[in-house]
Amino acid sequence: MKYHTPASFADAAAIAASASGVTRFLAGGTDVLVQMRSDIVMPDDLIDIKHIDGVKDITQNADGSWTLGVAVAGAEMSEHPTLGKDWPGLVEATDLIGSTQVQGRATLVGNLCNGSPAADSVPAQVAAGVTMTVTGPNGDRVAAVEDLPAGPGRLNLEKGEVISAVHIPARGDNAGDAYLRFIPRTEMDIAVVGCGISLRLDGDTITEARVSLGAVAPTVLLVEDCAKAIIGTTLDDAALDALAKAAEAACNPIDDKRGTIEFRTDVAGVLARRAAKIAYARAKGE
Amino acid sequence: MSNKIHVSTKVNGDAVEFLCDPRETLLDVLRDRLNLTGAKEGCGTGDCGACSVTVDGRLICSCLMLGAEAEGKEIGTIEGVAEGGELHPLQRKFIEHAALQCGVCTPGILVAAKNLLEKNPDPTEEQVRYWLAGNLCRCTGYDKIIRAVLDAAEEMRGAA
Ligand code: FES
Ligand code: FES
Repeated sequence: MKYHTPASFADAAAIAASASGVTRFLAGGTDVLVQMRSDIVMPDDLIDIKHIDGVKDITQNADGSWTLGVAVAGAEMSEHPTLGKDWPGLVEATDLIGSTQVQGRATLVGNLCNGSPAADSVPAQVAAGVTMTVTGPNGDRVAAVEDLPAGPGRLNLEKGEVISAVHIPARGDNAGDAYLRFIPRTEMDIAVVGCGISLRLDGDTITEARVSLGAVAPTVLLVEDCAKAIIGTTLDDAALDALAKAAEAACNPIDDKRGTIEFRTDVAGVLARRAAKIAYARAKGE
Repeated sequence: MSNKIHVSTKVNGDAVEFLCDPRETLLDVLRDRLNLTGAKEGCGTGDCGACSVTVDGRLICSCLMLGAEAEGKEIGTIEGVAEGGELHPLQRKFIEHAALQCGVCTPGILVAAKNLLEKNPDPTEEQVRYWLAGNLCRCTGYDKIIRAVLDAAEEMRGAA
């Protein structure tokens, strides 16, 4: 294995593009090192992107939006004085991943790139409308998080492409987000179902919404029908019923020891209701 | 494979240099190259916390970091917790409360608990339990560990 420490994302992309064997990018390493240790993947080229300027920075831009470096760890997001005030759902979802020790290294981008449909931060990223800059041999492009997962463990990234920055939209007024997951215990487990919701209000009425489900399909889903079910409503009982129905209808889960198809489908509706109520209360400033 | 990497780092305040294979974890380096065998390998995959160390003050699993990544960092291990011959209050309280049996989890738990008390000198029991949720112990049943950490925190607050 060759260990690379490029000084720019263009260099990182060039190394990956010209590599002939198995390539991995290293940020927090909480998945890559486990795969190496378990003999699942032994990269020929391991590209550590932490020597690139800015990868540890959390920056709020003049328009209120946020730019995060790709090696910012979960603990650094949780400890940030204002990021979690804007995006509590996103920060809480990230904080659910692993132990204190894992939080010291694990990143949003790694959680996305590991390609698990059950990744806790990903439905929260999708709900928040997070986008990523992708640097490749031919330059940069911007991709929405919901367009990146291609299936379990697979991403819509070309050879030589590397995610080089995280963009979180400006929160703006009268808005809130939330993420909830179901696990059979209280800590450190993999989501059986996860649901992220972000919404904006005009008075009591929802004007914008994004709803995302995790662990109920081969990829994390952005569910338009869930958003439609609550936009234009005051999140009354009829809207919550319609939201739960739309969430259940979007599910295409697997059946395994962690949860049956029936159970996951039912829980998706329950979590959508609860997460919507939390996001709504946050949008009201409650 | 002889593409050994030269790494300069600091361990418990001392400048240290070593050569390592790029595949070696920081835990491998600490134990096999630097003879710091306090950090234990319980699982090697980030699940048990027995390998806990701090890197630039941040608690991590040393089995989930490469030795090569230690370049320019400050590593803190269990070997740096006692001051000379003087046990750290956490270490004394672990003995007093019988918060260890086989001891395999203990170095990791002490490093993790010390890191918590540096950030939060007055944690609630719930905060201690969540903070240490990534440190598995198959002997004690955890309760004595939690009592020892809370007692040490109280003593340290009194001394400060
Ligand atoms: S050996 Fe590192 S977490 Fe178990
Ligand atoms: S004392 Fe034996 S594992 Fe904790």
